[in-house]
Amino acid sequence: MLRWIVWRDLTLAWRRRADILSTVFFFIIVVSLFPLGIGPETELLRSIAPGVIWVAALLASMLSLNRLFANDHQDGTLEQLLLTPQPVFMVVLGKVLAHWIVSEIPLVLIAPLVGLQFDIPNDTLWILVLSLLIGTPVLSLIGSVGAALTLGLRGGGVLISILVLPLYIPALIFGAGAVEASIMGTTPAPHLYLLGASAIVSLIFSPWATAAALRISVE
Amino acid sequence: MRGDRRLFSGLDLSLAAGTYLQVTGPNGSGKTSLLRILCGLLAPAEGEIKWQGESIRSLAEDFFTSVTYLGHRHGVKDELSAIENLRISNALNGIVVTKDRAREVLARMGLAGRESLPARLLSEGQRRRVALGRLLTCNTKLWLLDEVLTSLDKSAVDLIRSLIEEHLASGGIAIVATHQDLAIAAGSSQRLELAT
Amino acid sequence: MNLYKYASPATFYPLAGKMIPWFAIPSAILFAVGMYVGFFVAPTDFQQGDAYRIIFIHVPAAWMGMFLYVLMAIYAGIGWAFNARLASMMASALAITGAMFTLLSLVTGALWGKPTWGTYWAWDARMTSTLILLFLYIGFISLQSAIDDTRRADRAGAVLALVGVINVPIIYFSVQWWNTLHQGASIRILGKPTIAAPMLAAMLIMLAACWFYSVAIVLIRLRCIILEREQNASRFAEVNV
Repeated sequence: MLRWIVWRDLTLAWRRRADILSTVFFFIIVVSLFPLGIGPETELLRSIAPGVIWVAALLASMLSLNRLFANDHQDGTLEQLLLTPQPVFMVVLGKVLAHWIVSEIPLVLIAPLVGLQFDIPNDTLWILVLSLLIGTPVLSLIGSVGAALTLGLRGGGVLISILVLPLYIPALIFGAGAVEASIMGTTPAPHLYLLGASAIVSLIFSPWATAAALRISVE
Repeated sequence: MRGDRRLFSGLDLSLAAGTYLQVTGPNGSGKTSLLRILCGLLAPAEGEIKWQGESIRSLAEDFFTSVTYLGHRHGVKDELSAIENLRISNALNGIVVTKDRAREVLARMGLAGRESLPARLLSEGQRRRVALGRLLTCNTKLWLLDEVLTSLDKSAVDLIRSLIEEHLASGGIAIVATHQDLAIAAGSSQRLELAT
Repeated sequence: MNLYKYASPATFYPLAGKMIPWFAIPSAILFAVGMYVGFFVAPTDFQQGDAYRIIFIHVPAAWMGMFLYVLMAIYAGIGWAFNARLASMMASALAITGAMFTLLSLVTGALWGKPTWGTYWAWDARMTSTLILLFLYIGFISLQSAIDDTRRADRAGAVLALVGVINVPIIYFSVQWWNTLHQGASIRILGKPTIAAPMLAAMLIMLAACWFYSVAIVLIRLRCIILEREQNASRFAEVNV
């Protein structure tokens, strides 16, 4: 059943590939703005790079969250999904998994390229990718709660960021912390473990909360 | 209740197998809310819905194996073709529909030759026919149809009537919110009129 | 018609009206006593001079901010789980007071920071966590005000508040972690002021004052919410302000 939801959402995303690209371009553009606003000193850029790239990833995944349930809500398929004979959190899990593959994986893949702009050393690029790989599921999972809560509300896009961004803070701290530790030459392992722990906690609680929120919003 | 407004109260009815219930009433009288309450999307402010003697709240997902709800938003994905729509919506309900079977269903729904077009290229009425195609495959006892006759032509309405008649004859229940009289010949027919 | 459920806001309305003075008056007295002890009885700190006296409002405000968030989440959760409308209304009423105390503790913290640390804002771990707590309050309030349907607003708020409550410890821990790693950037308090007995007394009296104030103001706000909502349902014709 999970397989079908993931397959369905991936097919839909593939038929609207422009949306995926716009998220990726948003990510690249936001990151590229910082050197222009701050100045090109390599030393300074390298020290702000972890934070900048991670914040840009938060904002980019924020943008794609609007699409998570809104389209299905509009054409009535969300109601049908809620009426399928399986627990709602399975539906949520499937959709979040698809969202992660479609909207977050491209960011993870493009991140090393963006990292080069900030002169991040090669070893650290791997840590950047790893931190995003562990951290982006947290973004999709927590974000899904916000997307479900703001479903169909006016000004949903801004509202969702107010709700979700504060909840992203631990992921930001641990994720950017790992990259920074690696730049400083210390071990990023504790940060990555904590990031992994956040991922597990959000995997346990978020689908449940999102399912509850969806039921409330669809009423 | 919509917002803080009471739409209807004191509603008490039970339906036997093979019953057709037409829900009528002016706009805003709560037809849609009633159907959504019956399928469990909306929790009633008071009272409860029982299916085969058990509350649908305690049945939870098990209840959905015996109910098919089609709302006035038809739930057809624009990006998917008619066949894909039919197969996926069935698969999500745990019913495997082969491509041939899907073609057969769509042919009966009068969509032969258009099976592989993305749904966004179909007309409103044709999209509704795709959605209604699920009635042929769903194999559920209870049908809840909300304003499904809008934007359907005469032949499609006749088709829906015969579908409902077959359904009733096999012991199903159909609750339809509509203004048009379908003149169902099979089973026992009831009418529920909601006032504003 | 389940009478109990609908009767409870209606019967609570006059009861709340009777309770308000019992909290408002003690609150005023406690504020006066607390201020007096804080300003005139408590000794001047040998390190910070008189500037430290702002803690008599700063610390109780920070405690109330945290406490009210948890309380709000509990009420919202009860309202959602048991379909108890009064509890949900209580959560909405608590949110504004909690946000106000959180804001107050940030402002007083910044004012305290200027003479002690030489800067209004130092990204100190506690201040940062409090700022994030304020964001959580703002999220709750904006979500509820964006939803017109009160039932959906109550329930959506409850989900958000519960998710927030699960996250608060994680956020606090992560900010602590972040702060210890970046210690060079932040300035630590130069030795904690040793708490003298009158200082502690003043702080506790002010805390009690804030607590009584919160109960009174939340009850007033609750009465407004009851009136507003029941008016929509036009089921409350006989109750006048």
